[in-house]
Amino acid sequence: MRCRSLILLSIFLFAASPRARAETDSEVEARKTALDLAGAFTNDGFKMRDGHWCGTIKPHELALVAVNLYAGNQYWFSVGAIDPAKKIAVNLYDEAGKQVVTENYNSGEKAAAGFSPTNSGQYFVSIDLVDGRESSFCLVYSYK
Amino acid sequence: MNPFARLVAIGLVIGCCAVIGAEPARLRADQLARAIKNDSISIPTPGELFAALEKPGKPNWSGQYRAPMSMTYRNRAQIALNLGGLIADGFIAVEAKDSQQVKNIGSDIIKLAKALGVSENLLRRGNSLNEFAENDEWDVLQEELEATQNEVKTSMQTHSDQDLVILVSVGGWVRGTQVVSAAIMQNYDERSAKVLRQPALISFIHSKINDISPELRSEPLVKDVNEQLMDIEKLVSFPPGKSPSVDEVRKVNAAVGKVMEAIQNKTDAK
Repeated sequence: MRCRSLILLSIFLFAASPRARAETDSEVEARKTALDLAGAFTNDGFKMRDGHWCGTIKPHELALVAVNLYAGNQYWFSVGAIDPAKKIAVNLYDEAGKQVVTENYNSGEKAAAGFSPTNSGQYFVSIDLVDGRESSFCLVYSYK
Repeated sequence: MNPFARLVAIGLVIGCCAVIGAEPARLRADQLARAIKNDSISIPTPGELFAALEKPGKPNWSGQYRAPMSMTYRNRAQIALNLGGLIADGFIAVEAKDSQQVKNIGSDIIKLAKALGVSENLLRRGNSLNEFAENDEWDVLQEELEATQNEVKTSMQTHSDQDLVILVSVGGWVRGTQVVSAAIMQNYDERSAKVLRQPALISFIHSKINDISPELRSEPLVKDVNEQLMDIEKLVSFPPGKSPSVDEVRKVNAAVGKVMEAIQNKTDAK
C-alpha cells in the first residue's frame, strides 16, 4: 500500500516538476498506464525504476531505446499508450540486434516483456504500434 | 482420415516447419545506431547492480562501508561526483539493512546537495529516508533513494547545471562497481563476476562527458575521470558469455578504486 502511495506521489510530484512541463499531457497519461501495468509486477517482488522514457509512436515504426542489464536479474519492460493506439507490442534485442525470447503480456494499448539475461550488457527495447494511429507512449521497467 | 483431420494435420506440419525454420528477428545496424540512450533509463541504478550480485549468495554488505567523506568540497564537479558515490553508499546500507547507516548517509546526501544549491525538496526526502529506515521498509527505501537521486538531477537541470547530471551517474557507477568488484574478489563466483561486463554503458557515459561544456570537461578532476574511464572500458569488455577471471576482476577493482580515490581526495580541483 505504501509502495503504491509512493508511486502515486511520484506521479503527482512528476506532474508538478519542471521536467514534467516538457512532456505532453498525453505522455503523462501514457505513463500512468505504464505504471499501472508495472504495478502488477511489484506484487511479485519487482522493484520499479524511477526513470522512464516517453515519446510518440507511428504505425509500424519501431521506437528503440538502449538499456543496460545485468545477468542474474529478471526484468519486466512495461509500456502504456493511449487512444488512438489500439495495440502495441514490446520486444527485446541483444547488443547485436538479435531478438531475444521474452515472456509477453499484451492487452490493447498496454504491453510488457519479461526477460532474464544470461549475459550482462546492452540490450534494446522496441515498442511497435501494431494497430491504431499515431499516439504517445511511455516505457518503465522493473527488476528483481 | 476425414477431410477436417487432414486439414488440421497439414496445418500442424506447416506450422512446425515454420517454427523450425523461423529466424529470430534482427535489427539493422542503422536502427541500433539510432536507438535512444538517456540518463534516466539507459544507466542502471546501483540497486540493480547489487540485486544481480547477490543472486548466487548475499555478500557481506557492511564489509563494504567506507569511512565518512569530507563535506567541505568547493568544486561543483567534485561535489556532483561524490553525491553519486554517496547515493550508491545508501544502496549498500539498504542491502545491509542497516538503518543507522542509511540515516547517516541520507544526512550526508542532503549536506552535499545543499552545497550545490539543489536542496528545496530534499529535506523532505531526507526525512522520508529516516522514516523508512526506522520502520525497516527496505524495498521502499531503494525506491526513495533512486527518487532522491532523480530529484537532485531534476533540480540540477532547473538550475542550469545540466552538465553536472552525468557526473552524479558517473560517481554512482564508479562507487557501485568498486563495491561489487571487491565483493566478487572476496568470494569469487563466475555468475556474480558476469555483472562486470558493461562496455556499452561506459561508452555511453564517456560520450555524455564529451558533451558537457569545454570548461567543465577541462577541469583536472573531470579530465582525469574521463581519461581513466577509457581504460576501464577496455577492462570490462569481456566477450558475451565469458565470466571474468579473479585476476580480471582485480584489475577492474584497482582501476575503479583509483578513480574513486581521485573523486574523493583530489585537491587540485578548481
